[in-house]
Amino acid sequence: MRRPPRDGVVLLGLAVIALSIVSAALAPALAPDDPVRNDLLARLTPPAWMDGGSWAHPLGTDTLGRDVVSRLLYGARVSLVVGLSAVVLAGALGVGLGLVSGYYGGRLDDALMRLGDVQLAFPALVLAIAVLAVVGSGLANVVLVLGVTGWVTYARIARGETLSLRHREFVEGARALGARDAAILWRHVLPNVLPSITVVATFSVARTIIAEASLSFLGLGIPPPAPSWGAMLDEGRNYLTTGWWLALFPGLAILVVVLGINVVGDWLRDTLDPRLERGL
Amino acid sequence: MRAFLLRRLVHAVFVVWGVVTVVFFLVRLTGDPAALLVDASATREEVAHARQVLGLDRPLYVQYAEFLTSAPLGDFGLSIRERRPAMRMVLEHFWPATAQLAFAALVLAVVLPIPLGVIAATHRNGVLDHASRLGSLFLQSMPSFWLGLMLILLFAVALGGLLPAYGWGTLSHLILPALTLAAAPLAQNVRLIRSGMLEVLQQDYVRTARAKGLAERGVIYRHALRNAAGPFLTVSGLSLGFMLSGTIVIETVFSWPGMGRLIVQAVPGRDFPVIQAAVFLFAILFVAVNLVVDVLQGLLDPRARVFGDGG
Repeated sequence: MRRPPRDGVVLLGLAVIALSIVSAALAPALAPDDPVRNDLLARLTPPAWMDGGSWAHPLGTDTLGRDVVSRLLYGARVSLVVGLSAVVLAGALGVGLGLVSGYYGGRLDDALMRLGDVQLAFPALVLAIAVLAVVGSGLANVVLVLGVTGWVTYARIARGETLSLRHREFVEGARALGARDAAILWRHVLPNVLPSITVVATFSVARTIIAEASLSFLGLGIPPPAPSWGAMLDEGRNYLTTGWWLALFPGLAILVVVLGINVVGDWLRDTLDPRLERGL
Repeated sequence: MRAFLLRRLVHAVFVVWGVVTVVFFLVRLTGDPAALLVDASATREEVAHARQVLGLDRPLYVQYAEFLTSAPLGDFGLSIRERRPAMRMVLEHFWPATAQLAFAALVLAVVLPIPLGVIAATHRNGVLDHASRLGSLFLQSMPSFWLGLMLILLFAVALGGLLPAYGWGTLSHLILPALTLAAAPLAQNVRLIRSGMLEVLQQDYVRTARAKGLAERGVIYRHALRNAAGPFLTVSGLSLGFMLSGTIVIETVFSWPGMGRLIVQAVPGRDFPVIQAAVFLFAILFVAVNLVVDVLQGLLDPRARVFGDGG
């Protein structure tokens, strides 16, 4: 019997995630060069295997002569830090509000859900651009904006699950025994919400990494000279004819990492929460 | 049906009110909207003067009440850079440039998946089935602007200028941006049509239709596809919303003179009247699209009228 190919793919996805975390963490040790050091004499050096390339810069250099590999490694830090912290922020905010909303219901519930409707009326990127235009770009602001604007999905899921759980026997039982609301939510409701939330959060990390890249590509994310994959693509797009590698490799890095996360997300969904619909 | 329409409409009006409120408070996030709504190089006196002219020295509730009446009519003040009504500038960029791009992409992403999805469903595990699965996974894992850059690299650079890389005007200028914008939703919609079809093809009425001797083509297109259309419609609406958002980066990549590019260019110049007007229009288009989709869904499937109240 042939093994189903999915398992191998999931392992590959996990390996990609582990590898990107390790290379982000060990960037200073792994990078062949300082990611922000200019070397104008070596500007636009092609990748090592091409004519004029050198193994001192395996994937070439950019227009300021900075080493592409080093910038990619440090850029992984930005992507992962933004992706993870924004999702944790959005998840904590959304789950918290969703639990309270679903458990207590009433006016608060109405208000929060209507607020969610309004928020969803804005294309996420548009809202992020507008807010960053006011508060200014930078790592912390990008995390804040992507985190705070991401709460609605979590809130809706947590609220829905809470609504269906709050009259179940084990919750009623806990209440009859005198447990406080906070304890009930924390100990009895939250654990039941977590599987769905984990699945959504995994896909969110992938989407947030792309969102950060988009914002940085538009010049609204992480300001230069700090290496971010999106900003590298922005620099590279003006050199498509003379330095194609500048536009290729940062995008490939995003693709590989996000693909890895999405594959693992698919697997998590199938294992943890088969009810969630595929493909949405 | 009338009650359903009314409920949807009230909900949309409520959301528009929320949108206007968010846009109003947006420029007040950092405290002083006057500093944002005038030229960045203005002196302190000029800012003070502008505060008076723009009425920003009045109580907040007065300003808010006025904004509530002026904003829905499209009055967002003058653009700082061009000294012209901000909303008119945004509309000029929306029509025709952004509308063209979004429409072309929507046609690609909604029409093409119908035959492709049917083939993928009827030839399960065939080439197209696998290709759409892989395509959907890959396209959702890459930033659309990077796909755009790669298409430029391929068609405008490597293939010696087969298609233009930048600009606007002719049909050949439209191909790459529209393709870039449509790619991810296209692949996703193929998957959706496919799974919808697979589900419907197992239903009793499909078996009945086959049993009474209908040609397979009739079974698929008249009976099955029609019933697989509901979720597809919702997702098409989502795709359009996603595309509106996507135009921002795609227009930047292809130097497409639309409202996405306008908002990006307005940021470094701190042209807040234009940013406000653009954010407002984006949100309104989004709400309108969702409203139309909901109503269509209600027409198509009476069950949606009860459950689809967005609540």
